[in-house]
Amino acid sequence: MSTDVESGAISGPPASVRRGSRRFGGLRRLAEFLVILAFTFLGLLAITFFIGRVIPIDPVLSVVGDRATAAQYEAARVAMGLDQPLPVQFVHYVADVFSGDLGRSVSTNRPVAEDLARVFPATLEMATIGIVIGVLLGVPLGVLSAVKRGRIIDQLIRIFALLGYSVPAFWLGLVGLALFYAGLGWVGGPGRVDIFYDGLVDPVTGLLLVDSLLAGDLDVFFSALDHIILPATILGFFSLAYIARMTRSFMLDQLGQEYVTTARVKGVPEWKVIWVHAFGTIRVPLITVIGLSYAALLEGSVMIETVFSWPGIGNYLTTALFNADMNAVLGATLVIGTVFILINKLSDVLYRILDPRSRT
Amino acid sequence: MSLTTWLTDDAPASRAQANLGRAYDIFRRLCRNPLAALGMAILLVLVLCAAFAPWIAPYSPIGQDLGNRLLPPSAAHWMGTDELGRDIFSRVVHGARLTLLIVGLVAVISAPVGLILGAVSGYFGGWVDRILMGITDIFLSLPKLILALAFVAALGPGIENAIIAIAITAWPPYARLARAETLTFRNAEFVQAARLAGGSHARVIGLHILPLCTSSTIIRVTLDMAGIILTAAGLGFLGLGAQPPLPEWGAMISRGRAFILDQWWVATMPGFAIIVVSLGFCFLGDGLRDVLDPKSGDKA
Repeated sequence: MSTDVESGAISGPPASVRRGSRRFGGLRRLAEFLVILAFTFLGLLAITFFIGRVIPIDPVLSVVGDRATAAQYEAARVAMGLDQPLPVQFVHYVADVFSGDLGRSVSTNRPVAEDLARVFPATLEMATIGIVIGVLLGVPLGVLSAVKRGRIIDQLIRIFALLGYSVPAFWLGLVGLALFYAGLGWVGGPGRVDIFYDGLVDPVTGLLLVDSLLAGDLDVFFSALDHIILPATILGFFSLAYIARMTRSFMLDQLGQEYVTTARVKGVPEWKVIWVHAFGTIRVPLITVIGLSYAALLEGSVMIETVFSWPGIGNYLTTALFNADMNAVLGATLVIGTVFILINKLSDVLYRILDPRSRT
Repeated sequence: MSLTTWLTDDAPASRAQANLGRAYDIFRRLCRNPLAALGMAILLVLVLCAAFAPWIAPYSPIGQDLGNRLLPPSAAHWMGTDELGRDIFSRVVHGARLTLLIVGLVAVISAPVGLILGAVSGYFGGWVDRILMGITDIFLSLPKLILALAFVAALGPGIENAIIAIAITAWPPYARLARAETLTFRNAEFVQAARLAGGSHARVIGLHILPLCTSSTIIRVTLDMAGIILTAAGLGFLGLGAQPPLPEWGAMISRGRAFILDQWWVATMPGFAIIVVSLGFCFLGDGLRDVLDPKSGDKA
């Protein structure tokens, strides 16, 4: 999980924001945001292009196979546009991606974009429940840890949070399956739903929990809930670790400030000092942290999905890896990367908008 | 004069004495922090395991013994045996070598690259800074694990390619860090003095700026180690990292996956090794930050 904000999430607004005039500040910020977003996205495309076209020793060979004749080989090379110079190839690649063409998957024989649209909701559903669990548990634990600083409970929470940085997700998934599914029988096994409920509900949103409620099929809903709760909790644990750590750090910053002492001296009840005065100020930086962990969960779901046979984008990606299905691998990388960038940048912007210091 | 008084001497007679004294001071302060001391102990055990693996491990890590398949943990096999009758404890001990190799190489490749890029970027400023930091920011805002997966997919599975892929995704935070540090003293008098004395840009950056960036980089690298171990294990688990019969911990978990319900020890034991070592790096990293970077205190 990314810890990049750890060193400076609570800092003043960037110079560009302060420089912006009162009238055009908003527009200027929007333009700047879009330019950065465009460049980051181009960077992502350049990397996937590089991985797909430059690193493989011979991309044509992987398509035509080693028994192709020279003529077939040459035809494929021209058809793939590989006879053109690299910058031209890159422009074509970008144009293709923007028109929604990610190529065909060798293993499913369908357009990659179509495949991804089908599997993405499953990942989104799991990551969303994961982040909800992470926030609901992580924030109170972080606050508790900061308030009880140095006590035994603080040490325990800190170690618990560090476990989130040290436990392999796939291992925790396996152990969770063995314990809670096979051993105790508390939750459903791998997959999104019990096998005999599979395909009963028409996909509307692709989110099975929502679709089953829309269809009014409670059996499917509870079966899906049974299946999602374990992987989502395990995924949530990893965001919990990060969120609790950052909440603790932010809260300690605030609890040491003079306004907190003033409030205490004035006789404000302790719960109010903690939850209204101190916590009120850290809500904004917390949003960035939560945004970042949400993005990281989409990434982290790759391992969890593999273990739980969850038909999401992570599973699609790893399956494609083994079939040497480069179009699918790069398509999935591109989609996860795009969502990652968007959430990253959006939480950044949200932080600037919500931070009172940046209001002029 | 005893060694301790020599190390803690207020007026060191040589540079070596001053450096050793400082190292000793850091070590003493780390020992006072229980978690950091635990972290150091764990890593010491890891290094010892790696160095003396053939003497510590009671069995061969790759020798098969099909008569003793899937035995539960016992006095003869502390962690049980796997599906080919190999002693899991011996494999875990030998796996320490691979883990150290991976984290060591990733750190050796990515930290200097990040440091130099960041220092150059901060030192020259202007367009150099914008371009280098632009590239860094792009890498920072991309998902690391996914990128590493895609790189390995293109390069082909194997431990060397896994190391390259992880290193490619690991350098950006060091560049950011080094740039921030460089900015704080690029206009300092000692830098100007070095320039006036005729030092080239390369000399100023290499001899005067980079050494000052190292302590914060060391903290960051130590804290990142856990992530590197997890990524490497993840690649191993997916079959993209170390290939059989290498006793890589992630790959061992992957083999044990088929037996998780009946022979739980095959998959769980290597997992414990990963957790303990990662925790060790986290504890030590936290402790180092508290000791070397008083600004951050013991907040996080």
